[in-house]
Amino acid sequence: MANPVVARAEVVGSRAEGPYRRVTVRCATAAARFRPGHFAALAAPPGAEDVLRRGAAILRADGDTLDLLLPDEPAAPVLDLIAPLGTPFPLPDAPACALLVGEGADAGPLLALAERLLDAGGQVAFVLAAPSAGRLYGAERARELTPDVLVLTEDGSAGLPLAADTAAALLDQALAAIGADLVYAAAGPELLAAVSAVATGRGVRCWTALAADTPCGTGLCLGCVLPVRDADGVSRLVRACTEGPVFDGARVRWADLGRVPADLEGARP
Amino acid sequence: MTDRQDATLVMDRQGVDLSAPFGSTVLPNPLSTAAGCAGFGRELARFTPLDELGTLTTRTVLLRPSAGLAAPRIVATPAGLLNAIGHQGPGIERFLARDLPWLAERGVRTVVSLAGERLEEFAELAARLGGQPGVTGLELNISAPNSADRGLMFAANPAISYDVVRAVKEVTDPALPVYAKLSPDAAAITEVAAACVAAGADGLSMVNTAQGMAIDLDAARPALAAGFGGLSGPALRPIAVRCVYQVHAAMRAGRMPAVPILAMGGVRTGRDALEFTLAGASGVAVGSALLHDPTAPLRILDELRAELAARKLAKYTDAVGLAHRTTTKDSDD
Repeated sequence: MANPVVARAEVVGSRAEGPYRRVTVRCATAAARFRPGHFAALAAPPGAEDVLRRGAAILRADGDTLDLLLPDEPAAPVLDLIAPLGTPFPLPDAPACALLVGEGADAGPLLALAERLLDAGGQVAFVLAAPSAGRLYGAERARELTPDVLVLTEDGSAGLPLAADTAAALLDQALAAIGADLVYAAAGPELLAAVSAVATGRGVRCWTALAADTPCGTGLCLGCVLPVRDADGVSRLVRACTEGPVFDGARVRWADLGRVPADLEGARP
Repeated sequence: MTDRQDATLVMDRQGVDLSAPFGSTVLPNPLSTAAGCAGFGRELARFTPLDELGTLTTRTVLLRPSAGLAAPRIVATPAGLLNAIGHQGPGIERFLARDLPWLAERGVRTVVSLAGERLEEFAELAARLGGQPGVTGLELNISAPNSADRGLMFAANPAISYDVVRAVKEVTDPALPVYAKLSPDAAAITEVAAACVAAGADGLSMVNTAQGMAIDLDAARPALAAGFGGLSGPALRPIAVRCVYQVHAAMRAGRMPAVPILAMGGVRTGRDALEFTLAGASGVAVGSALLHDPTAPLRILDELRAELAARKLAKYTDAVGLAHRTTTKDSDD
C-alpha cells in the first residue's frame, strides 16, 4: 500500500491543457513519495454536501509540488487532498524498450513514467488515442521525449483513424515495430482490454492503469472493485484504489468488469 | 496496550475523564469505528493510530468468503451516501488467520462485526471468535437478511432478534461483551432493543444504515447495481439520534434494563458525538466520515473533549442522557 498523507495543499499554479486543467499544488511530503501511476483523492470544498472524495491523476512531482489533472479550475485556493494513493507502475530492473498506450486524459500519468524510463537508460514509444484531436492529451510532450508517437482518433481528426475492429491490429503493429519489452497502458476499459490481449499474445508484460471512480481513494469503502485473477489462480474482486489502479493486464477479467462472475471466490450462486 | 492499562482512568490534559463503558468493561475513550467503514484496520492505520481508539469495529465477517455485489456499489446522495457492498470479505477462516492477528499484535481493541444468513451461523461465528486474542467484543449485525424469514432482516422482528442474541450468548464467555446492532428501519425499535437486552445483549449499537435508493436519471435505472442500498452519513443522523433517544428513554423509564448504547450515524464532529451522548449514548462510532477523512476519529475525540470541558463536565459519562433531564414525557414509538 502507498504511504499517503492527508494535507491541505496550496494551489500555486493552474493552466489549461486542452479541455483539462493542470493544477500545481504545494505538498512536499506527497511530492517526495510520488511514483508515476499514483493518484490523489480530493475532498469537495468546505460546505459542499458531498461526503465522498474524487480521484485525480498526479501528472508529476517537482521539488515540493505536485501537478494534478483536473476537469475544472479548483473552487478553492487550498485543496484538501490525500496523496499519494494506489499502486504505481512497476519499473523494469534494467533499461527496457516500452510501449506506452494512453487514451484521452487517462494518458496523463504516462508522461512522468516515460521520463523515468528514459532516465534509466530505456527507450519509449507512445500510442495516444482519443475520440477526437481536441480530446488528445500529452501528444506534444510525448513528441519532445521520443520521435515514436502514434496518434489515433476515432473521428480521424488527428493521426490514424481508430475503430473498435482496428485497434488490436494497430497496437500489434506498434508493439512489433519497436520491439517492445513491455507495455504500459492508461486508458478506458475497452482499449486496456485490447492492448492486454495484444501484449499477452506476443508474450509481453502489460501494466494497465484503469481510470475508475474511487469514492474514498483509501481502500476503505470497497466501492471501486473489479474482478482480477490472483497469483493463486483464484479470481477475486479487488480495489482499483489500493491493489490498483495499476494491474497486470493479463490478470484483469476485462470482459467481466461491473459483474460478479460465478467463478469468483464467494460469488452468490 | 495491556488490559490493565485500558481499565485505568484516563485523565487528559483538559481534565476530562473520557473513559466509557463497553458492556461491563471500561474503555479509555468512547470513540469507535462503525462496521464497514474501517475495514480490518490496515488501510486506516496509515491515518489513525488504531490503539488510541476506544475500539475498532471490523467490517462484517461471514462464515464463508463473500465476493459481494456488483458495481456500482456506492453512490453519493445529499449529505450522505448509499452503499450496497454485500458483505464482501474473506470469511472467518482467513479473518482468524490473517486479519485478527494483525490487529491483536498492534494492541487494537477489536470488536468483530458478524452476520449470518441463519441464526446458527451467528452462533458458529461467535463460538469461533470466543477466546481469540484481541477480541474485545462482538457486534451482531442483525440487520442482515434472514434466509429463514423470507430474507427479511433479523432486526425487523423482536422475537427473532431475541433468538439470535440468545444463541450467541449461549456459546460465548459471559465476560465478552456482545452488542446487537439495530436497524432504524424496524417498526418498533424499542421492542427490538428490549428483546435483545432480555436475551443477554451487553449493549446496543444504534443504528445501522437506513434502506434507500437513488435513480440514475441518464440511464433511467437504479444508481446502485443492487437497486436498494443503505443510507449513511449526516443525512441519517437525525434518525439515529431519535432511535438512541427513544431506547435510552425506555431504559430510564424502567421498561427495559439499562445497557450501554454505542451510537453511529453521520458523526463528523465532536458536536455530533456530544449530540448522541446527550441523547443517551455512552459511546460513539465514526462511519462514513472515515471515507472522507480517515484522520477523523482522533480529531472528533479532541473536539468532544473540548465540548465537555466547555460545559464543565469532568467525565464523559456525566453527559450521557443529559437531554432527558428536563423531558417530562418520555415518548415511545
